[in-house]
Amino acid sequence: MRIVAENLSYVYSEKSKSLAVQALSGVSVTVESGEFFGIVGKTGSGKSTFVQHLNGLIKVGKDKGKLTVGDFDLTDKRCDYRALRSRVGMVFQYPEYQLFAETVREDVAFGLKNFMPDLGENDMEERIKTALELVGLDYEKIKDKSPFELSGGQKRRVAIAGVIVTRPEILVLDEPAAGLDPKGKREFIALLKRLHEKFVKTVIIVSHDMNLISENCDRAAVFSGGRIVAVGTPKEIFTDNEDILSDGLDLPLTAYVTKRLKEQGIDVNNDLTEEGFISAVALKYGGGK
Amino acid sequence: MKDVTFGQYYPSHSFVHKMDPRVKILAAIAYIVAVFLVQSYHFVGFAACLLFVLITTAAAKVPFFRVLSSIKAILFFVFLSAVLQLFFHKGGTPLWEGGFITDEGLLSAGFIVARIFLVVLGASLLTLTTSPVELADGIESLLTPLKWIKFPVHEFALIMSIALRFIPTLLDETDRIVKAQKARGADFESGNVFKRAKALIPVLIPLLISSFRRADELADAMDARCYAGSKHRTKYKRMVPTYRDLIGVLVMAALITGVVLINTMLPF
Repeated sequence: MRIVAENLSYVYSEKSKSLAVQALSGVSVTVESGEFFGIVGKTGSGKSTFVQHLNGLIKVGKDKGKLTVGDFDLTDKRCDYRALRSRVGMVFQYPEYQLFAETVREDVAFGLKNFMPDLGENDMEERIKTALELVGLDYEKIKDKSPFELSGGQKRRVAIAGVIVTRPEILVLDEPAAGLDPKGKREFIALLKRLHEKFVKTVIIVSHDMNLISENCDRAAVFSGGRIVAVGTPKEIFTDNEDILSDGLDLPLTAYVTKRLKEQGIDVNNDLTEEGFISAVALKYGGGK
Repeated sequence: MKDVTFGQYYPSHSFVHKMDPRVKILAAIAYIVAVFLVQSYHFVGFAACLLFVLITTAAAKVPFFRVLSSIKAILFFVFLSAVLQLFFHKGGTPLWEGGFITDEGLLSAGFIVARIFLVVLGASLLTLTTSPVELADGIESLLTPLKWIKFPVHEFALIMSIALRFIPTLLDETDRIVKAQKARGADFESGNVFKRAKALIPVLIPLLISSFRRADELADAMDARCYAGSKHRTKYKRMVPTYRDLIGVLVMAALITGVVLINTMLPF
């Protein structure tokens, strides 16, 4: 499913003039099916507001632009939000706080029962099993445990299983790695890549972590003050783009080192992934591996 | 969900805002007494109370619609009391042949409505012009005499201010959880009452758990700063009555006297 936003705007508390906040103003962007797409920007730049539009949690206002997700036209009043939400999965910040059921199995089944109430018992079990195993948990061991007796990392995995269990085509994650230790973070990103390769077509990830973006995303958009100020491959965004720095965001480490080297007259042209950077340096200095 | 005006502070630097919270709380009580003193069908007394509300609103520099919007929350309750009065009031002459709505019923319904509206308007003026912290401080100070019977006044005030402090946090949290469950297909808008109540479980349980977590964290944070209750605690902001409070007391006395005078002087 392709996402096309055209001139999308949103104002919080529009009715009261003193409290109104323009969260989005004229955002236009296209996310192709199959992309690993990043969204960066500082707090209050409108990125969360934008992604909440994608599954209709925030509805497109009248005369506030256009938004289509696959065949769903979100400006249309008759848009089937339930069907849309089953195709666009959304994982919020600290998703473990949404757990509520008595057992892990029940919690993962929640979305499935809501979206596909007619599913047979066997199919349901099969899907729950697949989802839990995809996020790296042992189905047999964990299914009857209470979600509240799990560790933080496990809780987060269960919460994500609860979202991907309906097999969405697009998975949106808002700061999914927040609060994880470095090892947890690495494992988590590996999990996302696995999901993207095998299970969900499009992954959209909102993050402050520029290294995560440059390392994994095909393309990314930079939000600032409710607008998109840059969109493209990590290389395009993080090279010669001083306004990103001036907006209080960091460059990814690879981009920073490449830039400093260039200032010293050493040109290592690379795609800003760790591997790309290392092989560019290796190539330049004739070492190879 | 965020438009809860009842109990929302409207920051300003007005005469009323600068008054001593204790005096304001007492004045609010006095005002309610005045409203209830108005005897049956002496709508002139209500007019006096309304005039007081209008003047205070002007002196507090609060937009009048902010005061009015507090009524929204209780509209249903007001409507219900009015209907009950209309239909169940005994006595008086029917308005039309064979009808069961009487002129007295109509009057007493109007009376009840006016009374509730005026009480709520006055109470919301207090919360609009007094920040939750000031309110809690004021109540604590007013309850001090209860210390004689070993009532934990300070702790009580602390509980109150913490509860007030967490209302916006909980609203935000609820919003987040509702969105997360909606994204998983939860439906809060359709079905009968039982179905809707059941749909709230996936919101209430995470909310409850996070409240406990927050309470724990807050307790730890207070412990870490050696908080030990009321003993030897001093206040950063001391409440000192000024000329404003004297004027406030005089106005309240005038209002109550006025209402009593209207009750006794006006023939009805």
